[in-house]
Amino acid sequence: MEAIYLDNNATTRCDPAVVEAMLPFFTEHFGNASSIHAFGSEVGKALKKARGQVQALLGAEHDSEIIFTSCGTESDATAILSALRAQPERNTVITTAVEHPAVLTLCEWLEKEGYIVHKLRVDKKGRLDLDEYRSLLNDRVAIVSAMWANNETGTLFPVLEMAEMAAARGVMFHTDAVQAVGKIPVDLKNTRIDMLSLSGHKLHAPKGIGALYLRRGCRFRPLLRGGHQERGRRAGTENSASIIGLGKACELAIEHMDEENTTVRSLRDTLEKGIVSQIGHCFPTGDIARRLPNTSNIAFEYVEGEGILLLLNKLGIAGSSGSACTSGSLEPSHVMRAMGIPYTAAHGTIRFSLSRYNTEAEVKRVIEVVPGIIAQLRKLSPYWCDKGPAASVDGAFAPTYA
Amino acid sequence: MWEYSDKVREHFFNPRNSGPLKDANGIGDVGSIQCGDALRLMLKVDEQSEIIEDAHFQTFGCGSAIASSSALTEIIKGMTLTQALEVSNQNIADYLDGLPPEKMHCSVMGREALQAAIANYRGEEWSDDHEEGALICKCFAVDAVKIADVVNANQLNTVEEVTFYTKAGGGCTACHEGIEEILAGIKAERAGPGEVSPPPLAAALTAAPLAPANASTVLVHAPTVAVSTPTAAVSAPPARRTLVQKIRKIEEVLESVRPMLQRDHGDVELADVQGKTIYVTLKGACSGCMMEVATLGGIQQKMIEALGELVKVLPVSHMPVEA
Repeated sequence: MEAIYLDNNATTRCDPAVVEAMLPFFTEHFGNASSIHAFGSEVGKALKKARGQVQALLGAEHDSEIIFTSCGTESDATAILSALRAQPERNTVITTAVEHPAVLTLCEWLEKEGYIVHKLRVDKKGRLDLDEYRSLLNDRVAIVSAMWANNETGTLFPVLEMAEMAAARGVMFHTDAVQAVGKIPVDLKNTRIDMLSLSGHKLHAPKGIGALYLRRGCRFRPLLRGGHQERGRRAGTENSASIIGLGKACELAIEHMDEENTTVRSLRDTLEKGIVSQIGHCFPTGDIARRLPNTSNIAFEYVEGEGILLLLNKLGIAGSSGSACTSGSLEPSHVMRAMGIPYTAAHGTIRFSLSRYNTEAEVKRVIEVVPGIIAQLRKLSPYWCDKGPAASVDGAFAPTYA
Repeated sequence: MWEYSDKVREHFFNPRNSGPLKDANGIGDVGSIQCGDALRLMLKVDEQSEIIEDAHFQTFGCGSAIASSSALTEIIKGMTLTQALEVSNQNIADYLDGLPPEKMHCSVMGREALQAAIANYRGEEWSDDHEEGALICKCFAVDAVKIADVVNANQLNTVEEVTFYTKAGGGCTACHEGIEEILAGIKAERAGPGEVSPPPLAAALTAAPLAPANASTVLVHAPTVAVSTPTAAVSAPPARRTLVQKIRKIEEVLESVRPMLQRDHGDVELADVQGKTIYVTLKGACSGCMMEVATLGGIQQKMIEALGELVKVLPVSHMPVEA
């Protein structure tokens, strides 16, 4: 049976057209774009085209606002560290409790270095309190970094409004948009967003390429110095093949934008309804009214996520989980904890993230097998008793906890 | 995904003895809510012979937690309670052809459930004394709580000492930053409010074994430690000793560390003392062990503390031929 890939928020398959566009840049067009000879100039032209393609997808005003990096994490670190270095009189960073580790771990390190970090809390549906946010904006804040879309739940933050609020107080605004770019329309020239991170492999380009959008005029300090590449803002020989792949992927993303928000969205909705309607004691997490069209995160109570993934994998279905055991840490997902999802449900969260390559037949197949998997694991669970949670019957499971 | 052995996968996909056990007379419920695992072990014990006639489990947990539970029930069926209490978490892991280091706690939970179930059968109270923290050293599966406990109990100050006592950090060394953070946190607590704790860098410097710079760093560093642990202070003036007294002292230190090495099937012997250099022979599992440097560093630290002077501890292979 064909494998079914529903883990597109982790990474995506490279589009064949992207691979095709890249291949000549490993062989005949191997030159260094900085060289004066013909080998280099061909590459230089192709890079310029790619930059234009990224600019078009982001709706940026100038192509020089696009800086190619090695990944989303590098873009995030560049943005936040740049804001702190360019404004040494400002010592505070505002971010959210549910950011990707690329931002959160960096902020935790900044705290150890003596900076002040405010992590905005979220409610049960993963939504921010904008009044709290407004109250924290002042002239000690160097930068606000808030993700556009959450990688686990797909929940969208009102970054356009947040960027306006920051601008009104003279504060720089960065958004980690690696999950949003390519899935929802973006038009940066009509926003107050100063910096935006994106990652190639989340939108059918290869791994190892990312970009940072940097609004013209926004004060900047490079992370890497040592060359004139990217106008001196990111030194290091251009990863030309991957940049060209990212450009092509951005062009394709524009072509498929409607499809993402119609076909893919409807597949996701079918999948979610099909699962939730058949299984009791499970619920979608996050702000389901405002989220990415491709993501569904379902908490299955009283079972643990890794078990679900292993059984799905046996049937050739790939998803991911917020359970502790799949992450290598002992704690369940910080996103689920921030939303106050109970532990017994947080450990059983499964994320299905679709792409334009998924089909109706695949979704149907997943809907067929998930109820059996959950029933099988609940039979093993001490929190479950025949047809319901053990808490509702006598002899409820109450282990001695470490 | 994890690298599970075939045996783990097989026990996960086809768990033995799962589900409730009717007329169970010993039930153990244990769990760690944070790591997401919880286990109910049910035993049917023959009251005359104290033989476990049947064992069932219910587990809320990952693949290896379910496999560990399944393995446990298979291992203990037919055993007497006394035999069952001998089963260690390593036995469970071995039965499954090993578990990834991050997953060893699953086997620990199995053992705890067993203790709890037997206590329940005997009408005793059982309480869990095992607290679990974030995994720091992945090579030897040592968590933060364990490291902090050992650091506190033994007044440790350097990464090298932590490695000597717990093995943590003795493999790939990638976790040294994590260990330094734990040390810095504990030192800050020891120093008490108002006093500035040494930056983690200081711990990193003292961790460099055998380097000449090490000696001065230890000295500079010592006053902070001396605040609460006068015995650990190396700044005390060295007592005058004859060579025989010194060697006796050295032997005492070696005797004190030998049980720890023997537990890992290794050993150490004094080979020679030349000035400020002590040559030792590492034996058994210690010889050729990848943690040799850490082991020697730990011994050296103890020697410095016991002798009150700066000495080097080197393997006998480093002894000059023309001595």
